[in-house]
Amino acid sequence: MGRRTAQIVCTVFGIVLFLLFFSSDPRANQLSLRITNDYWQVIAAFALIVGTVSYLKANLVAISRGKETLFRVAGLAGLIVMPVLAYWWGTGGGSPFLWVFENVQAPMQATVFALLAFFVASASLRGFRARSVPATVLLLSAALILLSRTALDATSSSTLAAVSDWFRNYPSMAARRAILIGIGLGSLTTSLRVIVGIERTWLGGGK
Amino acid sequence: MQGTLLLIIVAITDPPHAWIDLAKLPTLLAAVVALGVVLYTTYSKRSRERFKPREISGLRAVEDAIGRATEMARPVLYTPGWGGDIQRPTTIASMNILSQIAEKTAQYDCTLYYPTHDPVIQSVAQEVIRESYVRSGFAERYREENIQFVSTSQFGYAAAVEGMITRTKPAAVFMLGTFEAESLILAETANETGAIQIAGTDSTIQLAFFIVACDYTLIGEELFAASGYLSGDKAILASVRAQDILKVGIVGFVVVAIVWGLVDPGSTWWRF
Repeated sequence: MGRRTAQIVCTVFGIVLFLLFFSSDPRANQLSLRITNDYWQVIAAFALIVGTVSYLKANLVAISRGKETLFRVAGLAGLIVMPVLAYWWGTGGGSPFLWVFENVQAPMQATVFALLAFFVASASLRGFRARSVPATVLLLSAALILLSRTALDATSSSTLAAVSDWFRNYPSMAARRAILIGIGLGSLTTSLRVIVGIERTWLGGGK
Repeated sequence: MQGTLLLIIVAITDPPHAWIDLAKLPTLLAAVVALGVVLYTTYSKRSRERFKPREISGLRAVEDAIGRATEMARPVLYTPGWGGDIQRPTTIASMNILSQIAEKTAQYDCTLYYPTHDPVIQSVAQEVIRESYVRSGFAERYREENIQFVSTSQFGYAAAVEGMITRTKPAAVFMLGTFEAESLILAETANETGAIQIAGTDSTIQLAFFIVACDYTLIGEELFAASGYLSGDKAILASVRAQDILKVGIVGFVVVAIVWGLVDPGSTWWRF
């Protein structure tokens, strides 16, 4: 019964939103925005409670079993301390909340992001080995683009930049658009399967 | 709810504005044709019987990857990426694949970890995985605590999943969904632990990273076809056939537009 109701709601809202997209009536846009923004925020707010409870539960269980205690305690401390700071002293300039955000959270995020530079280098090393003709073409194209983006090109000529732009705007863009067409068609058929009820995995599966 | 109902009633009974946006008319026509093709191929018995999908190496490797994890007594990790929410067709497609993978991990008694950045996705994933375990007849093997919401922050999520991969050392890592800058961080970390990686995303930029760093990558529509391919459901497979028919139609349209553009450079009818 619950699943049937969910499927009916999904089908009705899917059809309504599809029709609203093609309407120029301002009330249609208003309705579309209300469904996609307001209703979504209500669902997300409740889901955040579910997420927080799940996070607490998973970490408390692990701590009680003595598994990976240190960073789990640090995670839980963050979960409790940040809302307390925001509640008592606010989130404005000079608040303890903002200080912790700027001096603890932001540097940690920047650290993880910085790892990307090393991972790009290690992945490139594996990916650009000239083992076959396509891999060699890939290696040469990558080298060309890399050189055109360095100071070396500025001292030589703009020919390298022009060739590099041609690579990016024609062969690369053509391949990208072909993939995008496939993704668009895939999105269309997946959405339709969900709306008409052929695909019910999102409800937990079953027919 | 009352406000929304009122809006619907007023919009139907008092229509002073144009109902159809004429600028979107060509898109509407194209959408209707596409929907017609999808519905026909899905519900036509003949179409269902005749269709055999081509081999997709990334999907053929799914069972091997889970089998390998079972033999090595190591877990499987599945993550849908940071970029998506449950509204995206990519996330729905990812859930469909998750269902099939969870069924296999249940049968093989292999631990499945599912970290995510979105509590809505977590709730749906819990339901999908639980149902898969029940369907396979091993409901007692389901572990709710392994399906975790980790962080809504992009690099908080990346760090949490990276840590999980480093600590649990999964033998197979599935990265199927919407990924952004975290894609390469996760793929390279999984590579360092020696895991088989099967990835797929709708982001063309991240696809390049996955192709370089992962063992198998589902490109473009392969991610959306995976559900039918893995389950063997004829109705879903028939809708995959519709994608191919539409693709042929689009290629035909592009060829006609190119020829038309060469003959009459001033024409713009094909731009919509």
